[in-house]
Amino acid sequence: MSTLEIRDLHVEVETESGPKEILRGVDLTVSSNETHAIMGPNGSGKSTLAYSIAGHPKYTVTKGQVLLDGEDVLEMAVDERARAGLFLAMQYPVEVPGVSMSNFLRSAATATRGEAPKVRHWVKEVKGAMSDLEIDPAFAERSVNEGFSGGEKKRHEVLQMALLKPKIAILDETDSGLDVDALRVVSKGVNDYKADSDVGILLITHYTRILRYIAPDKVHVFVNGRVAESGGPELAEELEENGYVRFTGAAADKEEQPA
Amino acid sequence: MSEPVAQSGGGVIDAPDAPVLDVDPGIKTALSPKIAPWEERHTSYDVEAFEVPRGREEQWRFTPLRRLRGLHDGSASATGRVEVAVRTGFGDSADDLTGSGTRHEVVGRDDARLGDGGIPADRVAAQAWSAFPSAHVVSVNEARSDDAPLTVTITGPGEGQVAFAHLQLRLEHHAEAVVVLDHRGSGTVAANTELVVADGAKLEVVEVHDWADDAVYVGAQHLSVGRDATIRHTSVTLGGDLVRLSPVINYRAPGGDVELDGLYFADGGQHFEQRLLADHSVANCRSRVMYKGALQGEEGGTAAHTVWIGDVLIRKAAEGTDTYELNRNLLLTDNARADSVPNLEIETGEIVGAGHASATGRFDDEQLFYLMARGIPEAAARRLVVRGFFGEVIQKIRVPALRDRLEAAIEAELEAIGS
Ligand SMILES: Nc1ncnc2c1ncn2[C@@H]1O[C@H](COP(=O)(O)OP(=O)(O)OP(=O)(O)O)[C@@H](O)[C@H]1O
Ligand SMILES: [Mg+2]
Repeated sequence: MSTLEIRDLHVEVETESGPKEILRGVDLTVSSNETHAIMGPNGSGKSTLAYSIAGHPKYTVTKGQVLLDGEDVLEMAVDERARAGLFLAMQYPVEVPGVSMSNFLRSAATATRGEAPKVRHWVKEVKGAMSDLEIDPAFAERSVNEGFSGGEKKRHEVLQMALLKPKIAILDETDSGLDVDALRVVSKGVNDYKADSDVGILLITHYTRILRYIAPDKVHVFVNGRVAESGGPELAEELEENGYVRFTGAAADKEEQPA
Repeated sequence: MSEPVAQSGGGVIDAPDAPVLDVDPGIKTALSPKIAPWEERHTSYDVEAFEVPRGREEQWRFTPLRRLRGLHDGSASATGRVEVAVRTGFGDSADDLTGSGTRHEVVGRDDARLGDGGIPADRVAAQAWSAFPSAHVVSVNEARSDDAPLTVTITGPGEGQVAFAHLQLRLEHHAEAVVVLDHRGSGTVAANTELVVADGAKLEVVEVHDWADDAVYVGAQHLSVGRDATIRHTSVTLGGDLVRLSPVINYRAPGGDVELDGLYFADGGQHFEQRLLADHSVANCRSRVMYKGALQGEEGGTAAHTVWIGDVLIRKAAEGTDTYELNRNLLLTDNARADSVPNLEIETGEIVGAGHASATGRFDDEQLFYLMARGIPEAAARRLVVRGFFGEVIQKIRVPALRDRLEAAIEAELEAIGS
């Protein structure tokens, strides 16, 4: 049983005109076996939240806490966070020329598991996971994400999740750029891992379509750097129908109130 | 590298204001301004045929002349010799020279074969030619198997000593050999290395410069490519205070096929310079150049400096030429400077292809973040990226024990900055 607690998280980025606050007090708790969807307009700070939890150096936490089972995540280096059981499927996975996917996966598995997986067992495991996600085995010898199509990158993010077996996974728009078949395959990959494990999932998305495959327990509306409202799956339906107007208005009102 | 600080080729020049790189890109046709170095290029065995370089010359403008210890101005005279040993095999398994068709001779300057590779084109090379005490000729007149590579070990004269050296590696008609030229030791050396590959012969040669910290080595490599001959040349520079290498490809007849690969890794204070010329003077020859460099200078220390000049000349007679050259540099730290200058001059349009690319970039923090976000510790992530960067070059080397040694050397370099 694991819990990721985000408490009053404030994050800024460095801009040419000085620091700019993007996250303005995020409170959110995700536990094992729960799936939380986060929906919100472009630029509201969803990826910032995801990257801040993963420890991307671009983001500076100015206030608040992130705890994984009570441990202070913000004190950990990026790799330590991953080894502690956090995983981020990125909105824009990075290309790493010259490093083969198979070498990368093995290095990552060795690091997160604390020992190198036994070769024969590992080869089988990777093959199985790749075929579940309908990834051609030839990708294993290609450089990490290099020249992958948008959809291929997303499949490989889910592949990594399946192999690294995190306690808490943040999926940042893993559904964006997927065709209908790929969406089904990727959703199945996520659901298979959910069924096999106690993973807690934070699913960032713009579309209710994926929520038909991956059923959320909770839906959070993310506006202007914080959670504006939380509810059940029905909240997603409402957003689909009415958009964010109700919340952006509310957020703007709040903004004007003196702190 | 998704974060280039400078790039040329393919019509792309990114961030041209970046301070660390001098890119002098461009395809020069007969109509463009004459800055092409080969217009002024002249050759001679005689040191006095060359003026003493002052540092402004195109050929010397990147080289810190005061660190040449007088090799360029006649003030350095020989106080020692390089030691040359030829063995079969590489590394621990190397043994006495085998092969009935392979010979190692020490000859005088009157030996008629000397000069078959090419003629010096700068003052230091001419100085070496004028001053070498005896020349080593390693000739192969058989098809040697890959399992029996030749290792030629060239050891410097020792700290504080100066030597002039001459080596010719000769493959006779249809001969084949894999050869490692393993340079090491201390001292100041100017040398000519001739690689003479006769018609239909096939040479795979890896030239390793793993000199001690004090060493200065200035060498000209003269490649002579016979009809339908093949050369795979890999040049590796890892150690030395200053190493300057000037390989020239001389095609003697149609059908020549040459690949020049390179790998260099410069630390703070080191100056590694590579000046290449592929002189396409005859029809239907091929050249491929792929040099990759990594640089790391310590904060507050002297910068690491590398220079790569890739000149390709396609003369009027060289119809059917197929050439491409690439140089990439990876700046691992801030205190590093990589100069990269590809030049392509084309005198005939009847060619198969001609292109070049040059890019220099900083170590990409996004790549580092991505790998670390999968649990991989920072040092291991850096190793993965750098190993990946050099992988294309190292994988082509056909001597497994040498590949291992180079990989270990690169890891050791990376550990040196405690990443
Ligand atoms: N370096 C920067 N300078 C200025 N603004 C920045 C910088 N980096 C990020 N931002 C801003 O931070 C805000 C939040 O970006 P973020 O990527 O977190 O949004 P998002 O909610 O994930 O959007 P999307 O739905 O489009 O993926 C954006 O308005 C973005 O422009
Ligand atoms: Mg986003």
